[in-house]
Amino acid sequence: MKRKDFLRAVSGALAALAVSALPAFAADLEGKLVIVTSYPPDTTVTIKKAFEAAHPGVEVEMLKKKTTAGIKFLQETAKNNTSDMFWASAPDAFEVLKADGLLAKYQVKVQGIPEKVGAFPINDPDGYYKGFAASGYGIMWNTRYLKAKKLPVPKTWAELADPVYFGHVGMSAPSRSGTTHLTVETILQGMGWEKGWGLMKSISGNFKTVTERSFGVPDGVNSGQFGLGIVIDFFGLSSQASGFPVDFLYPPITTLVPANIAIVKNAPHPKAAAAFIEFLLSAKGQEVLLDPKIRRLPVNPETYAKAPAGFPNPFKDKSIGAAVKFDLDKSKGRYNVVNSLFDVLVTYRLSDLQDAVKAIHDAKAKAKAKGKSNAEAAKLIAEAEALVAKMPITEEEAGKKDVNAIFKKKRKKADTKITGRQAEVEQQWDKEAKANYTKAKELAKKAAGML
Amino acid sequence: MITVSRSHWGPGAVALFLALFLTVFLVIPVAKVIYVAFQDPNTGALTLINFIDFFNTSLFRESFVNSFYVAALSVVVASAFALPLAYFTTRFNFSGAILIQTLGVIPLIMPPFVGAVAMVLLFGQNGTINLLLDEYLGFTIPFMEGLNGVIFVESVHYFPFILINLSAALNNIDRSMEEAAQNLGASRGRLFRRIVFPLAMPGYVAGASLVFLKVFDDLGTPLLLNINNMLAPQAYLRITSIGIGDPMGYVISVILVTFSLLALWTSFLALRGKEYATVQKGGGGLMKRDLAGWEKAGCYAVVILILLLVLSPHIALTLLSFGTVWSFSPLPDAYTVQHYVDVVSTSSIYITNTLLYAGLAAGIDVVFGTAIAYVVWRTGLPGRKMLDYLAMGAVAIPGVVLGIGYLRTFYQFDVPFIDKPLASWWVIIVIALAIRRLPYALRACVAALQQVSVMLEEAAENLGATKSRTVRRVVVPLMTGGIVAGFVTSFATASVELSATIMLVSQESDAPLAYGIYEFMQSAAGRGPGAALGIIAVLIIGIATYLSHRIVNNKETERAPRQQSAAQGV
Repeated sequence: MKRKDFLRAVSGALAALAVSALPAFAADLEGKLVIVTSYPPDTTVTIKKAFEAAHPGVEVEMLKKKTTAGIKFLQETAKNNTSDMFWASAPDAFEVLKADGLLAKYQVKVQGIPEKVGAFPINDPDGYYKGFAASGYGIMWNTRYLKAKKLPVPKTWAELADPVYFGHVGMSAPSRSGTTHLTVETILQGMGWEKGWGLMKSISGNFKTVTERSFGVPDGVNSGQFGLGIVIDFFGLSSQASGFPVDFLYPPITTLVPANIAIVKNAPHPKAAAAFIEFLLSAKGQEVLLDPKIRRLPVNPETYAKAPAGFPNPFKDKSIGAAVKFDLDKSKGRYNVVNSLFDVLVTYRLSDLQDAVKAIHDAKAKAKAKGKSNAEAAKLIAEAEALVAKMPITEEEAGKKDVNAIFKKKRKKADTKITGRQAEVEQQWDKEAKANYTKAKELAKKAAGML
Repeated sequence: MITVSRSHWGPGAVALFLALFLTVFLVIPVAKVIYVAFQDPNTGALTLINFIDFFNTSLFRESFVNSFYVAALSVVVASAFALPLAYFTTRFNFSGAILIQTLGVIPLIMPPFVGAVAMVLLFGQNGTINLLLDEYLGFTIPFMEGLNGVIFVESVHYFPFILINLSAALNNIDRSMEEAAQNLGASRGRLFRRIVFPLAMPGYVAGASLVFLKVFDDLGTPLLLNINNMLAPQAYLRITSIGIGDPMGYVISVILVTFSLLALWTSFLALRGKEYATVQKGGGGLMKRDLAGWEKAGCYAVVILILLLVLSPHIALTLLSFGTVWSFSPLPDAYTVQHYVDVVSTSSIYITNTLLYAGLAAGIDVVFGTAIAYVVWRTGLPGRKMLDYLAMGAVAIPGVVLGIGYLRTFYQFDVPFIDKPLASWWVIIVIALAIRRLPYALRACVAALQQVSVMLEEAAENLGATKSRTVRRVVVPLMTGGIVAGFVTSFATASVELSATIMLVSQESDAPLAYGIYEFMQSAAGRGPGAALGIIAVLIIGIATYLSHRIVNNKETERAPRQQSAAQGV
């Protein structure tokens, strides 16, 4: 196997010599295609098989990276690029690559793909990346778990902040998963910065855990380690298709965004890459998305005719993903800041946050049970809630260029001057967050004591 | 002026090559990591600011305390598993002692993160045990909550290090010491306190410090259990989500290395200044005595309980690999062999890669280990001790740090003909594994070499054999037992390594088993096949280990002097 690699490399080098000496003969695809992707083997292997069957002679190599790690990988290797395509869910990841000039334009030939899914354009208006499937974010739950613990099914994000779900919810961190980043960004854009973070943090107070990988969430729900998870739709749908006792729904504030594919600039195998895009968007390629192991929403409306009963169809059901108009530029402008804020305020301070939220739950429950209104206690509880929700920076600051520059680690030139270090800023935020959560807990306890 | 005799040229060249190899693949990458930790991220100037940032950030301080706490408690729990097993099997006439010792080593040949997945299913908040407890008794036990889970998984995985070393130490205690004590009227308790315990100390400390080191550095287990507030995961998370340019990842690496070296040094200090070697050999091992009926029952109960606990990951993994859906229920809903069929048809590449990588790495290790042992113990080359320290130092370098260092050092370096950076070529994985496991093989080779009398070599040379001929025809054949033991330990542990490989695998077709299992575990339909792959891995490595043990034992019975067993004294 390894020797074959070596031989292939040598023959590749020889072939390159031959090609550079002769005028290239067009049409034929290259024998290889290297795709950087965030998708699990279930998706990549199935599609790879279908593609290789349609184009014998092309060997597809999948380089599995987390979305964030994939961006880093393409940035680090740009000078000596060996990858042909980038294939992942989050459009904002593609925006980052586009802004860095790492993608190549491509004009799709396949017909029949509409302009929009939900409120979102399927393809990049500038022509750099293409949507091949739609994804929405929602809530999945383990039906056995909810039944055993006698929990209701939540219909909206706000219901997830309800005290009954304390310790039952799981989510990944936006810095670890591009899809989770989109979920957080959707809530922030749908409800506004202050309110959005406030809700995000009260939901987080109910977290059982923040998983290191986005798949950690469906995995936890599937095995019953926690009952509910905030996930991208295909995790819920494919888990269900694999036989787990789980279900999934889209809350009203969600956005349908296309999952994308793009050709990397200076791709070594551009023709094979173009063929892959065309295949993915063809009727055959779109049908592969319905495979029980994949279960993603096709962008070709006609493919839904072959979908199983109960499969969501955003082209018919207009309630899915129409409420929020997702602003990609806004998301791109504060990408790293949002990641860092979530990690500092939620991921790494989870136990302090849980304690504060629990104390507030208890105080409220006591007030309700006693049935008497105590203005002072109510005021303290409100103060505690405000402290939990409090953000170290405003929306305006988070979008500022110089603030974002602190979180970008690549210095363009040696003399580029950036004031502030990421560790320094995060340490300040962390200090504030810890103080706020501790204070909030004290206030809530005090309020409970008054009742 | 130092005159180098002609016979020194051969070993000299070998020593130079070894030093060069260790410099390029161990010293330089680690030095690069250390260097970045002292660089200002914005200007590139040398500074201590990153360390100030580290200690000013409460998250990092907490991570530091947590890592320390987890490592220390893991040593305690692992000792609780290992002590009874080691003591009962060496001290008493106990049928099944060999079986118990063998079963006790099995946890080592499963990637610890796979163990984590399996143990969550058994001991998690809604795992088998707690679901049953809750249903029948109305309470649950937080085995796996937060840091508890990491401690539990790590101690189950690494306790064999203590078991192996401690059993070896107990077996090496001179029986005449015990007899002398008894003749002088010592009671059983006093005998244990004053003779057995102190003499077994070196073995225990060697094992315990190894457990501490390994747990302190481990990445996969906390990641799988979603524990972020520890040092190794923080380093990994910083590097993979913020980027290879972020200084904090490097600062954490430096701190990991420093504390690992410190742990080694402490264990060295603890044993220094005491004489443990017993001079005359009055017969190997303690006197074994028979147990009374009720004593025997008690011992067996303890042993079986411990074995059930430490083998629980394997039990759960087996269930998972045959189970269809296992969700919020004590056992899987139904059973199938489909996962094995899937895995065998799609994933043989992981298995061949693992055998290739671990085999090559272990091969390199024993060749280098033998060479280093020979240079250090049989030649008078200047600076030869440095070679020993350098190679042993690898044990203190966490996989994450080595991985980061390789990425940083070898990304700019293109391999001729292959046309890609050395950092993303599969050979780099082999080199990383070889460096990480070299200390194991080296200890085994040194132990074997020390048992070969110099007189045999002198005799060969007197008869006119050249140096290289002597090494080839006399030294190496006599060391075979130790070399095979070193190969087995390196091979078995390299097969399940993830922390360095996860950073270095750049394409799926180069991935070894541990990485393949990790990937499988990332999708809903992949849990069963992932578990099946895990079981296959355990079986293959187990069989390979057993076969090599057989070879070693055959060799041992052929020749009189007993070779020391593999992992002891690392």
